[in-house]
Amino acid sequence: MCATCGCSEHSSDPPAEPGTDPHPHMHPHTHSHEPHGESGHDRSAHIHEGWDEGGSRRVRLELDLLAKNNRIAERNRGWLEGRQTLALNLMSAPGSGKTTLLERTIRDLGGEFRLGVIEGDQESSQDAERIRKAGAPVVQINTGTGCHLDAEMLGRALRTLDPPPASWVFIENVGNLVCPALFDLGEDARVVIASVTEGEDKPIKYAHMFRASDLVVLNKMDLLPYVQFDVDRFLVHSRSVNPRARVLQVSATRGDGLSAWYEWLRERRPSQARSLEMR
Amino acid sequence: MHELAITQSIIAAVTEHIGELKVTRVVIEVGALTSIAPHAVQFCFDVCAKGTNLAGAELEIVEVAGRARCRGCGNESAFEGPIPWCPCGSLNFDLVSGHELKIREVEVL
Repeated sequence: MCATCGCSEHSSDPPAEPGTDPHPHMHPHTHSHEPHGESGHDRSAHIHEGWDEGGSRRVRLELDLLAKNNRIAERNRGWLEGRQTLALNLMSAPGSGKTTLLERTIRDLGGEFRLGVIEGDQESSQDAERIRKAGAPVVQINTGTGCHLDAEMLGRALRTLDPPPASWVFIENVGNLVCPALFDLGEDARVVIASVTEGEDKPIKYAHMFRASDLVVLNKMDLLPYVQFDVDRFLVHSRSVNPRARVLQVSATRGDGLSAWYEWLRERRPSQARSLEMR
Repeated sequence: MHELAITQSIIAAVTEHIGELKVTRVVIEVGALTSIAPHAVQFCFDVCAKGTNLAGAELEIVEVAGRARCRGCGNESAFEGPIPWCPCGSLNFDLVSGHELKIREVEVL
């Protein structure tokens, strides 16, 4: 039965997704369920009445364009939960140091945990090569003109990566402080990485991204003496748009501050890994 | 740029739901907080619609204002970003509206 108008004409259709309309609605409508004859039962034939406005008819659709992505993201989430695997969505502007941070994390934690990486870039597999050299399994997604990863891309990459149970998957999103925040991938947590070469006002200029994140990593702290970056102002800005997110100050190249990053990861580690370690 | 992908998905979604009918008008809702630029969607639409049942259709973009509800006191107010501020002093907000991206209705022949 259609939830909007109550008709049972489409009772054989699959249930409508919340936020979508299973078939176009014309109002007022009558539902004489006589056979449609030659017009058959394709969708356009069910638009049999509506109001005329100079020959055209209005059809209310109420289609949520992000619903499809969110559905697939939830499916990814379930798939990951079934394998007791955690996915982290790493986002930043281009050049903040996401790949370097991952290389370092793999080298330092690779012996302790199972780590896999999904790389997202418009083109090239340079980042995937670096990850491979660091010693972790990796899948590269090339989006072409796309400026962000979406749930469908992640789903396909996860199946290709095929992570073992109780592992971590780091998703390195396309370098972009705007669009990735809009697209749920099915991740367990979101990490935004900024760096001291970018300016302390990034959290308020890109508030949506910072608000959507669970952790903020401020990278390249080793360059602080050479740039005009006010760390305290960055902390104030970050807290104002997102009071919940901790800010970690690190240098991925030198290793400063990474123990806090590793502690944060350990706190979220897949539960099966925890129980395995207790044996 | 992703307005191109979004415009293509608008056209694909309309075609999927309307079938063979010719579309003369599409009305979409774009939330003010989605970081989607309406003029960019408008720009892509005519190009993307060529060769489809939406060719020549008029695109109307309804911009939905952002509204936020304070987690501290429950007060709801308009929110344009970037930083919500409540008279009660809280900076902790839930977004009520402004994230919409939907096709509201179409006109067909």
